[in-house]
Amino acid sequence: MTSLPEATRTKLGLVIDLDICVGCHACAVNCKEWNAGGHSAPLTDYDPYGADPGGVWFNRIHSFEATGENGDGRTVHFPKSCLHCEDAPCVTVCPTGASYKREDDGIVLVNADTCIGCKLCSWACPYGAREYDEDQGVMKKCTLCVDKIYNENLDEESRVPACVSTCPAGARHFGDLGDPDSDVSLLVAARGGYDLMPEQGCKPTNKYLPPRPRKTAAGSTGAPHALESVVDGGASPFLRWVDKVLSR
Amino acid sequence: MHPAFSVIFFTAASGAGYGLLTLMAIFQAGGLLPADPMLGLMGFLIAFFLITAGLLSSTFHLGHPERAWRAVSQWRTSWLSREGVFAILAYIPTGAYAALWIFTDLRPDWFTVLGMVGAMLCMQTVYCTAMIYASLKTIRAWSNGWTPIGYFALSVMTGALLLNAVATAFGHAQPALFWTAAVAVAVSGIVKMQYWRFIDRRSSDSTAETATGLKGEVRLLEAPHTQENYLQKEMGYKIAQKHAGKLRQLAIAAGFVAPILLTTLANTSAGFTAMALTILAVLVAAIGVLIERWLFFAEAKHVVTLYYGAGSA
Repeated sequence: MTSLPEATRTKLGLVIDLDICVGCHACAVNCKEWNAGGHSAPLTDYDPYGADPGGVWFNRIHSFEATGENGDGRTVHFPKSCLHCEDAPCVTVCPTGASYKREDDGIVLVNADTCIGCKLCSWACPYGAREYDEDQGVMKKCTLCVDKIYNENLDEESRVPACVSTCPAGARHFGDLGDPDSDVSLLVAARGGYDLMPEQGCKPTNKYLPPRPRKTAAGSTGAPHALESVVDGGASPFLRWVDKVLSR
Repeated sequence: MHPAFSVIFFTAASGAGYGLLTLMAIFQAGGLLPADPMLGLMGFLIAFFLITAGLLSSTFHLGHPERAWRAVSQWRTSWLSREGVFAILAYIPTGAYAALWIFTDLRPDWFTVLGMVGAMLCMQTVYCTAMIYASLKTIRAWSNGWTPIGYFALSVMTGALLLNAVATAFGHAQPALFWTAAVAVAVSGIVKMQYWRFIDRRSSDSTAETATGLKGEVRLLEAPHTQENYLQKEMGYKIAQKHAGKLRQLAIAAGFVAPILLTTLANTSAGFTAMALTILAVLVAAIGVLIERWLFFAEAKHVVTLYYGAGSA
């Protein structure tokens, strides 16, 4: 049923730190690698080695330039995947029930066996989380690596989404955002994590951490503000003489 | 938004068919249209052909048309599903009504009631079609009150022009039909112009700043990929903006101005000339409505384009 669950037992999601992301696209690549053989496989590529390559990706990294509050420009790398919204409009518009939100953990998935490929869900999503697979004729989207995070064949530390486990900078965090005491919830509270496009009313589960204020003033990084003068009033007459000689 | 021809044809054709069925029932109930079997045969044939061809066409853009039957299951939340449900339901009373009208002389009391129930289901289907678009918050040009008003107006207008042509062809031309058509065309023209005024003035509350949550002015420095992806092809249709002005003028000329002139001219003439003019009015209006519907899709901007460098959506 495409009615949304009243409440979900947990709210699994991602916290993405825009201060740390270096824009290396490793998360997108590992996402593609894992999911090309995962729950929503295949992630079709069209003309992959040709002049106009295209294909389905669940994770895309945009790079923005923001002028900032003081007019100091900064570059922000911005990874974006499904935000597994609480009020997911992509689910309620689905005419067949192929789109659904799991009552257990809040993950939004597509049943590829009942999807008719009408694309309406991708129109309803403000974030561009859903990508249509032209070859399969069905809609595809981020599964939050549902086939990885519960996989008991994997080491416990590997039971996180592929994008999280591969991030070399530690910019992506995974956890239960419904539990106010979870690590991710504490991180969101400490860093002022926010929702994307709150005015769209989707109540996204994923949160973004803003870039920290830039440290531009001298001394703000903890290093000495300026090098100390070698000679000050308290130096010995000998050193003052040496300084005078060398300064000529 | 990418204007898929199958959906443009579906919304325009089924709208006209439902408008024609509705007006036939209303005029028959009002005693303004004789239940002439030949008039009925032609009218219902055209209406059911337009509706059925439209519905079939709408399945052509699906990735899996063979699974289309599943689409009637989620009527609790999905306007697309509700549209499917009402489209099927509408066939029942309108089909029975048409059969009685064409094949029998039976005109029981409930004949008119059957027609009115059918008319209500037809209009409900048109409303569901409009709400598929009007319920999408992501597209400001659609999620506003003008969308359902426009769909109703154009459905009634194209239905009225069709009914006027059919009635004229079977010698049942009358002032009530002419005036209904003329007023419906004029009202539709005003509605569409108000709609265009609205979408020119209003854009989404979402901006590149709310989309990213970043402070200050935000611009895209580097796209995530070198080639256009599905989202850009489907939601980032740019051709319309370039020619919108000219196409709107063409839609007004063909969709509203010409049909009024032709219908008025037909009203003052008789015989074959009148019939030819009313049919011409239908054909010219069809071109105008198809351009209007193409613009409805092509001019609509989706908020996801804010992530791909759009200034507003």
